[in-house]
Amino acid sequence: MTQPLLKLEKVNTYIEQFHILQDVNFEVQKGELTLLLGRNGAGKTTTLRTIMGLNPAASGHVHMKDEDITGTPTYKIAKKGIGYVPEDQGIFYELTVGENMRVAMMHEDDATKERLEWSLELFPDLKKFWKKPGGQLSGGQKQMLSIARAFVNETDLLLIDEPSKGLAPVVIEKVIEAIEKIKDHTTVVLVEQNFYMANRLGDRFYILDDGLSVHDGYMKELNENEELKRKYLGIG
Amino acid sequence: MELFINLAINGIAMGMLIFLIASGLTLIFGLMSVLNFAHGGLFAWGAYSGVFFYVLLDNFWLGLLGAIVTGLLLGWLTEVLIVRPVYGNHIRQILITLGFMLVLTEMLKVVFGPNIINAPTPEMFQGSWMIGDITIIKYRAFIIAVGLILFIVMYSVLKYSKIGLIVRAGVMNKDMIQALGVNIKLVFVLVFMVGSALAALGGALFAPSSGAIYAEMGLEFGIFAFIVVIIGGMGSIPGSLLAALLVGLANTFTAYYMPILSMVVTMIIMLIVLIFRPQGLFNVSGVSNK
Repeated sequence: MTQPLLKLEKVNTYIEQFHILQDVNFEVQKGELTLLLGRNGAGKTTTLRTIMGLNPAASGHVHMKDEDITGTPTYKIAKKGIGYVPEDQGIFYELTVGENMRVAMMHEDDATKERLEWSLELFPDLKKFWKKPGGQLSGGQKQMLSIARAFVNETDLLLIDEPSKGLAPVVIEKVIEAIEKIKDHTTVVLVEQNFYMANRLGDRFYILDDGLSVHDGYMKELNENEELKRKYLGIG
Repeated sequence: MELFINLAINGIAMGMLIFLIASGLTLIFGLMSVLNFAHGGLFAWGAYSGVFFYVLLDNFWLGLLGAIVTGLLLGWLTEVLIVRPVYGNHIRQILITLGFMLVLTEMLKVVFGPNIINAPTPEMFQGSWMIGDITIIKYRAFIIAVGLILFIVMYSVLKYSKIGLIVRAGVMNKDMIQALGVNIKLVFVLVFMVGSALAALGGALFAPSSGAIYAEMGLEFGIFAFIVVIIGGMGSIPGSLLAALLVGLANTFTAYYMPILSMVVTMIIMLIVLIFRPQGLFNVSGVSNK
């Protein structure tokens, strides 16, 4: 196996007095879509927030492309090419769709404009509602805006937290199609509870349980292991 | 009719002065949700440093520049030493900034002495123009012009520039704006410095209009600025302008026609607005609730 793009080594994260991540190990290979699976409260969102430096690791190491980014401020982590789509989408409600995109653009060069055009082709609704405040979009449109915004800069790694949450099946299908296309351009870490979506998109998986990384492997293995699905994901 | 127009012009000029004081607070309190009770102190320091540099260098414009630089420096100190440890905690903000306000007031007495200081009007703005029976005091016309320019600049920067978008977005969701590669701490320091410089500029412009300055002026006018920001709607620049004009006009007209009411008219306006439009005249929803 080649050198991972992202590597978490024995990461421990606390939120106030609660010990959320406990010696979590996690690797992401370039070009793959890696799933973070587990029940509610397993520590999936905290793992993404720890990578972004929003809930910094108390101990252990986070490496991105061989560089130790543990303790690095969030804005510097973002500049290293990590895009983040939070669980609540993080839309700036008072800003229009266009302003949400503009505020995310670190540069206004040709490459960024090309990515913006590509995103708007991927999510035509964003073009249609360009001047509409972000707070007035539907749940699906907000998700699309959040993904497009995270991808508008040159992104080596995209972290997406539960993109199917609260969306209708028809919208979920659109989001799946969009992520399939994004996969061709960048490496993705996806937190997802919707197993249908996870199965459609994932190459590799990690299962977290009570803040511990308990199992990892290729999606094929997970599909064949009914016991694992039942025990940790409540499926079957 | 001439009396009405004269009173209206005076009221607008007073409103613009209030807007100059409140504009900085619109950024600090309205946008960043920091209850900075030291804002009045920055206003007073602006008045003193403006007069000091004006008299020292014999140049009104350099006096204004001196006040702005003083405001920027004091704003930086206030943000780094006083406000940064208490972001998100309003009770602590009130306590520590009130304490700092007293320190700023007493420091004025230490540096400039405890007595009232005369604030001269620059020669170019002395006197008035007569248009028929209407008297337009030159310095008041200048204040109105500065207020309008400041309003247009602040509104345009916040509404259309990238830094304005970043400030608004940072106030709405601090985590997300950082995840998009923005150093929000640096942005907030800059906003705080600009807000403080605006307070200082307000003080420096206010000084010649009142003719005299004193250390406690910050305590009086700081509260005035808070009232205007609340009436206008948190974080709204047009709201602050409208509220300041409303307060200025109401004060001027009641002082002439019903002097007994002039002391309480500002409070009455705030009471009415809070009863019928608690979010202020211009609702910047989402900002006010954070």
